[in-house]
Amino acid sequence: MIRDTWRRWLSHTIVVLAAASVVLALVPLGFVLFYVVTQGISALNVDFFTHLPAPVGESGGGMVNAMFGSLMVTAIGALFAIPIGVVSGVYAAEYRGSRFASTVRFAADTLNGVPSIVIGVFVYGVAVLPFRHFSALAGGLALGIMMLPLIMRTTEELLLLVPNTLREGALALGATRARAVFTVVVPAALPGIMTGILLALARIAGETAPLLFTSFNNRFWSHDLRQPIATLTVQIFTYAIAPYKDWHRQAWAGALVLVMVVLVCSLVARLATARLERLQRGS
Amino acid sequence: MSTARPRTRPDDVLFRLGTGAFALVLVLTVVGIGAELYRQSHLSIARFGWQFWQTDTWDPVSAEFGARPFIWGTLYSSTLALIISTPIALGIAIFTSEIAPDWMRRPLVFLTELLAAIPSIVYGLWGVFVLVPLVRQFEVHTPAWLKWIPLFSGPPLGVGMLAAALVLSIMVIPFTSSVSREVLKTVPQAQREGAYALGATRWEAIRMALFYARTGVIGAVMLGFGRALGETMAVTMVIGNNPQITTSLFAPQYTMAAVIANEFTEATDDIYLSALVEIGLVLFVLTLIINVLSRLLIWSMNRPTRARVRTGGALGKAA
Repeated sequence: MIRDTWRRWLSHTIVVLAAASVVLALVPLGFVLFYVVTQGISALNVDFFTHLPAPVGESGGGMVNAMFGSLMVTAIGALFAIPIGVVSGVYAAEYRGSRFASTVRFAADTLNGVPSIVIGVFVYGVAVLPFRHFSALAGGLALGIMMLPLIMRTTEELLLLVPNTLREGALALGATRARAVFTVVVPAALPGIMTGILLALARIAGETAPLLFTSFNNRFWSHDLRQPIATLTVQIFTYAIAPYKDWHRQAWAGALVLVMVVLVCSLVARLATARLERLQRGS
Repeated sequence: MSTARPRTRPDDVLFRLGTGAFALVLVLTVVGIGAELYRQSHLSIARFGWQFWQTDTWDPVSAEFGARPFIWGTLYSSTLALIISTPIALGIAIFTSEIAPDWMRRPLVFLTELLAAIPSIVYGLWGVFVLVPLVRQFEVHTPAWLKWIPLFSGPPLGVGMLAAALVLSIMVIPFTSSVSREVLKTVPQAQREGAYALGATRWEAIRMALFYARTGVIGAVMLGFGRALGETMAVTMVIGNNPQITTSLFAPQYTMAAVIANEFTEATDDIYLSALVEIGLVLFVLTLIINVLSRLLIWSMNRPTRARVRTGGALGKAA
């Protein structure tokens, strides 16, 4: 009898503890978001989006070059990672039983676990040292390498969800495999793949470590992809560890912009996924 | 003349080779990272050998490089993060997969995944300006008798191991919890129903599920550990960046990822750069091993080949 009471009590306690751990994890989330929003909003103004950084010692100025730089570097990464990621995802899905497909899958999972700073060191070796200077291209390459496994795995997973009858239908009509895949199977999975790419972009846009010694930093406008370029994340880092109050303020503003971009992307992707799932269930 | 045998068309071969070539890029990248890091660190490997990992002096000016404090800082901070985050992450996984009513699940999962979406640099910024002052307050108010314990010794600086471990645990929680949730999902419903049918309480049924999924859960925890090992920005900003080996939570220390982030662009001579790359190489190998092991554990869970019906284990003890 006492034993049963104990068992019931224990069970209730565990349920409460599990709920408490959810709360415990959401507290820092709220805490971080609260500070980013309150500190960031007070520092955000039109100048921030339109001006270059002010010279050291002067207050004011903005991060327009860094925001442009982040866009450029992320875009370069996407240009590199999307074709390779999607096509290798196609390979892994089409020849899923083959040994090479498992090797590729394994490589993708491994690459996904490689610390971003290590990818930075690698890209420094292959794309900075040989040319003797930091460049936006090198930064983009580093981000692209980080996106690659994310895009490859999502593409593969989504292609496997496409009903086999679609593929067989195309093949039965005499289409080659390439034609069946690229005009029937991939388009069927395209909305999902785009969502996956969006999520990967959101994740990669916030990366700092791989950019520190690839795209480096730049206090001025730069359109030259072979030159170092400022990025929002590296700029936040530089400002945060500097001893100036005004720079701290701007670092918070930068963080707010970054978090907003990431949150909007995640939210859009989440809603799109929910919609896709509903559509699939409906059909 | 026609044959019934399915033909392999030349353009199908081309398709396979073409897409395969793209996939090869992925494999080559992983191999390339290892090879390039080795190539660039051979100078340091040749000069210092194992000495590199057995000495504590890190003095670029006199070209003395001992990396032991960085290994220590990385392992210590990640282990602390593991200890703090694992119970919370498992609690979240249990709550969102076993306990929460349906309408709560999606929003909760989304919110916990947001924790993973927030960039490392933002955690770092928050760590520097919000968490570190809080930690300093805590350290200032630590009673004197506690300070006799080595764990709590040292001046209250704020920056240091404790702040780093806390930030790391927040960042690792979403990884561990989402993978464990996926793993718990693979536990057949019959396992839980069986437990309830035998009169198990809710916790006993959950314990059954956890026991059934144990390899995958261990894999999830290891995956989180791997993440913590390589985490750079947030740790760099709050750990204090001082290469020393101590168990004190209050002491500023240094990690492998942090020393690369801080000193790479300052490394002017070849041996200095090479030493930093060697740290990167070891970090790469370390995370590689952890990741491969955890993937193997998680994959072994997903393979539905064996029909697993267990009646012993957790329930056996409970009944």
